[in-house]
Amino acid sequence: MSKWVLKGLETGVKTTVYPEKTETASGVTQGRPERLELLKDKRSVVNICPTGAFKINKNIYEIDLTRCIHCLRCLRSPEFPPAGWTGDYEWAFSVSEKTMKGPFSHCLHIRVVDGGACRACLCEISQTGAPYYNIHRLGFFITPTPRAADVLMVAGPVTDHMRFPLKEAYEAMPEPRAVVAVGTCALSGGIFGRSFASSGGVSEILPVDIAIPGCPPPPLAIIHGLLILTGRRPSLSVIDKPESRRKDK
Amino acid sequence: MVVETEIYKKLHDLSERIRHLLTNSVTVSIEPENLLCSIECNVDALPVVCKQLVSRIGLSFATMIVEESNEEWLIQYVFYSSRIHILVNVMVRQEIDNPSFPSMSSIVHALDWQEREAEDLFGIVFEGHPVLGDFVLHEEWPEGVNPMRRTFRPEMPYPHKETRPEWQPRRILQEPGAFMMPIGPIFSGISESAHFLLETVGEDVVRSIPRFFYKYRGVEKIAEGKHPMEVVLLAERFAGTSAFAHSLAFCHAVESIAGVEVPERAVQIRILFAEFERFRHHISCIEAICNSTGLAVAASQAAILEEEALRLSCEFAGHRYLFGLNIPGGLSKDLSKEDCTGLLKRTDNILKRLDRLYKMLQYSSSFLDRLEEVGIICTEDAIDYGLVGPVARASGVCNDIRKALPYKGYENVEFSVPCETEGDGYARLRVFFQEAFQSVMIMSQTIERLSDEPIYIPIKDYPEGSAIGWVEAPAGAAFHYVRIDSRGRVIRYRLTTPSFTNWHGFHLAAEGFAFQDFPIILATFGLSIAESDR
Repeated sequence: MSKWVLKGLETGVKTTVYPEKTETASGVTQGRPERLELLKDKRSVVNICPTGAFKINKNIYEIDLTRCIHCLRCLRSPEFPPAGWTGDYEWAFSVSEKTMKGPFSHCLHIRVVDGGACRACLCEISQTGAPYYNIHRLGFFITPTPRAADVLMVAGPVTDHMRFPLKEAYEAMPEPRAVVAVGTCALSGGIFGRSFASSGGVSEILPVDIAIPGCPPPPLAIIHGLLILTGRRPSLSVIDKPESRRKDK
Repeated sequence: MVVETEIYKKLHDLSERIRHLLTNSVTVSIEPENLLCSIECNVDALPVVCKQLVSRIGLSFATMIVEESNEEWLIQYVFYSSRIHILVNVMVRQEIDNPSFPSMSSIVHALDWQEREAEDLFGIVFEGHPVLGDFVLHEEWPEGVNPMRRTFRPEMPYPHKETRPEWQPRRILQEPGAFMMPIGPIFSGISESAHFLLETVGEDVVRSIPRFFYKYRGVEKIAEGKHPMEVVLLAERFAGTSAFAHSLAFCHAVESIAGVEVPERAVQIRILFAEFERFRHHISCIEAICNSTGLAVAASQAAILEEEALRLSCEFAGHRYLFGLNIPGGLSKDLSKEDCTGLLKRTDNILKRLDRLYKMLQYSSSFLDRLEEVGIICTEDAIDYGLVGPVARASGVCNDIRKALPYKGYENVEFSVPCETEGDGYARLRVFFQEAFQSVMIMSQTIERLSDEPIYIPIKDYPEGSAIGWVEAPAGAAFHYVRIDSRGRVIRYRLTTPSFTNWHGFHLAAEGFAFQDFPIILATFGLSIAESDR
């Protein structure tokens, strides 16, 4: 088995520099549409969004990230000029006042529940545990049982059949506990919306504390969400200043 | 023109043969432009027709499509011939107030789950089917509510029972010392939601009873009434890990309804990304297999390669899982020449390291011990259950839709279909590795002959009609049936996914092996539950 040890050593450290520094490698995030001042021809971009994530507020079009499904149509539409786009990944935000500071902040156990996700979110969550992101170094651990979990991480719109298992998992968790909703489906139902088969978001079933938008949110955004929960990074509403980041691609 | 007459001849010969075999009970017509031979028969003749098609002509089952109109029920049983590369469509009709058809699952075993699904969602009775009910809809749902019926309103949550009934299988193993071990719906570290009930008298699993559709999102229903541009978003988002393949199948279907020929460049770049997705998907499966056996270094190595592939996707296609790329009429993003060579070069780099990993795994005896002769599916079972994709190819069924029903672009590429005969976990691992290698080969062939054309042709309006689109998704054959009405809206969207087909045969692999092998067998199948549940 020594060859595997050598192989591991030979590979070296792959882990991202986030959160100490900003990760600059290409391809770690697909970015997100950005708040922009409304120009005359931007209105058509608002109409092209299939999930209605754009909202016009006076002279600015605002983006409801909990609705954006990363279809990239506002960026690529052949007929209209593209929307503003930013290539960052720190876009998670807190929904409630709850934080898990103090003894929990560097030893947080997470139970991941699939509430009908398409599996892309789940793959991104498992990537956070893989060498490139390695959430263990930050004191986050995936646990198989809700009884040992501090955080319930839910992906997917919460299908009709998953409501009871999800509630049971939540009830089995000891206090203090927090709920993190991962992905646009978990926040607004995403493309599946609210229907006979899906509840249209985790907040219909459980109180959500941290929202991580994205379809799927890249691993760095998921880490950002966990860091907000432990009070180690600010939430999106605090750091997002559209004036300082404007970039029209 | 030569090709067309050749297809016409094949179809003509086949239809003559079918007429000869089935004498007067059927009406046979051919549509050479759709590679389709249609057989219209009445309900009583159906068993004979299916039997002859499967056992005498040697067709493989593709999909079953139920449609409801104002006057009648229409069921289409679609078969295909991997020998002469055509589709055969058997149509049966029944009056709307008599939703009863004979069950074909004893003749075509792959129809077993298809019929159970249709019974739950449409309320059609399949006479002679051994187990109907409690499949897609769990007990909370009252009897007689069928969400796929036209009268059912999908917009709001259905007001059903709020208490969680205890589920029990119909039969329980009756033997001294027998016990049941439930797994799921929430289990292990990061897993998809599904329930497996393992019955045992000691160490070996005697029966494994799966219960799916915890993740049922009603994709087929909520697609109804939507414009194809919206449905394509659903097609790629119901199974995120094979998003490109499924959106491609959907695009094939609607493009064929609209009668649009996609430009050559779009076809080629679609192949490029479809193969890249297969490459990434298989690395992900390899990672899961290494993980299930507890070989942490190998799992980490595979995870590194997977992440690099994801980053490549994002860099060149703008999305880590290739969402938003396929649209009816072509692609939303073009690749420059430098992009193509860059993508290929860096994929090659991942491939080289994957090859090294393969060699190291082949000489890790503790790893192979967990895979060899575990979770065996024999060739006969794989044929009976109509298994598809890498799972079937590891069991000696060398069937690949890219060869069996070559779709746009694959006629000109040369590649081999890796096939193993043992049918155990190790055979499946080898198929994953070899297919990943083949995919990169297809990518390099495609880039060599990339043409200079636009990558998108706008589709102005969609005429009324229906069509089937098919692809070899990473997990196997996927068939998307789309019907568009006079307003240009989708009124029926039927998805037959490889995971749905293969989960049907999963119990064969799980039974007769020890408990502790269960997670390994699960991983070697490389299936997605999201893709199966829809």
